Amino acid sequence: MDLQITLLLGQDGITNGAIYALLSLALVLVFTVTRVIFIPQGEFVAYGALTLASFQAGKTPGTLWLLAGAGILVALIDLKIALAAGARQRIARILLWNLGYPAAITVLIFLGKPEGWPLAAQVLLSLALVVPLGPMVYRLAFQPAAEASVLVLLIISVAVHLALVGLGLLFFGAEGSRTPSFSDAALQLGSITVSGQTLWVLGSSLLLIAALYQFFGRTIYGKALRATAINRTGARLMGISTVMAGKLSFLLAAAIGAFSGILIAPITTIYYDTGFLIGLKGFVAAIIGGLASYPVAAAGALLVGLLEAYSSFWASAFKEVIVFTLIIPVLLWRSLTTHHVEEEE
Amino acid sequence: MTSTPLLEVKDLCVAYGKVEALHHANLKVAPGQIVTVIGPNGAGKTTMLCAIMGLLPKSSGEVSFLGRSEDGAAVEHMVGLGMNLVPEKRELFGEMSVEDNLLLGAFVNYRRGARDHGETMGRVFDIFPRLKERRAQQAGTLSGGERQMLAVGRALMAKPKLLLLDEPSLGLAPLVVKEIFRIISELKRTGVGILLVEQNARAALQIADYGYVLETGEMALEGPTKILAGDPRVIESYLGLGTCGVRV
Ligand SMILES: Nc1ncnc2c1ncn2[C@@H]1O[C@H](COP(=O)(O)OP(=O)(O)OP(=O)(O)O)[C@@H](O)[C@H]1O
Ligand SMILES: [Mg+2]
Repeated sequence: MDLQITLLLGQDGITNGAIYALLSLALVLVFTVTRVIFIPQGEFVAYGALTLASFQAGKTPGTLWLLAGAGILVALIDLKIALAAGARQRIARILLWNLGYPAAITVLIFLGKPEGWPLAAQVLLSLALVVPLGPMVYRLAFQPAAEASVLVLLIISVAVHLALVGLGLLFFGAEGSRTPSFSDAALQLGSITVSGQTLWVLGSSLLLIAALYQFFGRTIYGKALRATAINRTGARLMGISTVMAGKLSFLLAAAIGAFSGILIAPITTIYYDTGFLIGLKGFVAAIIGGLASYPVAAAGALLVGLLEAYSSFWASAFKEVIVFTLIIPVLLWRSLTTHHVEEEE
Repeated sequence: MTSTPLLEVKDLCVAYGKVEALHHANLKVAPGQIVTVIGPNGAGKTTMLCAIMGLLPKSSGEVSFLGRSEDGAAVEHMVGLGMNLVPEKRELFGEMSVEDNLLLGAFVNYRRGARDHGETMGRVFDIFPRLKERRAQQAGTLSGGERQMLAVGRALMAKPKLLLLDEPSLGLAPLVVKEIFRIISELKRTGVGILLVEQNARAALQIADYGYVLETGEMALEGPTKILAGDPRVIESYLGLGTCGVRV
């Protein structure tokens, strides 16, 4: 392996690592706020990429029907609850977000003919379609069991994952898709060429991580999410509802997932079930961070990306095995170094 | 109590599984009034506050706030209406700064579009200058007394109409206790209703207008504090020599 190859693999590793970092941050966020291990994270990656690919191919993505269907279900459930509680003031909001919004997106897609749009607009439309599925999934699958144990939530998570993968096959078929690169520009660094898409992935990931950092550190909603993660009862006593925190964290996770998918779609061919493996690598990184620490998870993600890239050179058949085996020494190290802290008070 | 009560609790029963911890409790708090509930360990005081707040489900009875019966309403809803609890365990956000803890106290008002949390925080810092000195410190590293102040300050950030206080003097030095009680009686003047649960019966009866004695889940006695403080049963059990104000 000469220097050239080393650098090339390193570039691959860092690019993938950046995506895993984004996903691991989303997983840590969802877990600390809701205690849900968010297995369906990967489906949002695939849905984001494949929805964009559908627009570019001039097809109507099946995710639109999922959005409409989920919207109707959420509306029915929430309307029933609102009427039973006599809270008429909530009705308009429920109708607007769960029926009005999907209807508006549908109209936009059928009248707007997005295949002719510039890429940036297509990306925005894909996000506008896929991201609201996050809070809807929370509403339908997790909110009714919000007080259940981590294990029950995990089982629900697996069920949602399987359902979304199945729907992905139905919507997008078994063939993979690749979308065109965001830009054809390339950067010449000495003897190696860094592709434009790699720069896009790295730049956007860093920007997104910086934005998340600002969100959690500076805005009251970000602080409210952190507060829920630190002390759920304390947060509820401040009027920060568990439901709001749950929906918000699922919204962010869905946005991060879908955007990650859109970022890597020009580099990797995405199939309806590709997301799972990508999400799982984000999960390995999140585990390295103990499902609690954002910086350690991000560093872990970079490690996973590099390990994957170099092992694909040395032992490509065992690439996945090597990455997932990484979890064993990490778990050992964690269980040896972390002392069980008594619950505060 | 002539004006419409802020809080009215009727026949409230609460059970943990099959064990009833509160039997048919009745209670009223008017605006600008301090009402205290005293009683020994395990009497059900915390249980009662949690059920009023919506943290615990009630097995029967009714809680009305601002003249409306709130049946089975969640905590978040009660907070939105202007009821705030300073819980026995304080429930601070340990890994966040004092300032962020206070800011989150104003979350409900912020969500409704109010942007006056800066002024409110200034007022809380006037009441608790110590918190101002410690504003950048993590809440989890505060001393016991400072944590208590932060818990009260955080509840004040919501500009409550009714403040439920669960043993605010717990574990504090006598001077700090005095300070906290002085602050509570000052709050009363701003029109806030206060429901004060205390084991420090002497101090509580001094600042409260009306009192209840809760024993093993039942309201054993009630009355204006002046009369209650002279009741032989109260004197013997709660104000007696040697045990006055001392938590066992
Ligand atoms: N989660 C629980 N499960 C079962 N029993 C409980 C629970 N919480 C409290 N209890 C019981 O209910 C009774 C009332 O408890 P509560 O905490 O309300 O008492 P308290 O008056 O606040 O006491 P203290 O002054 O010690 O704080 C006690 O007998 C207690 O053991
Ligand atoms: Mg108690």
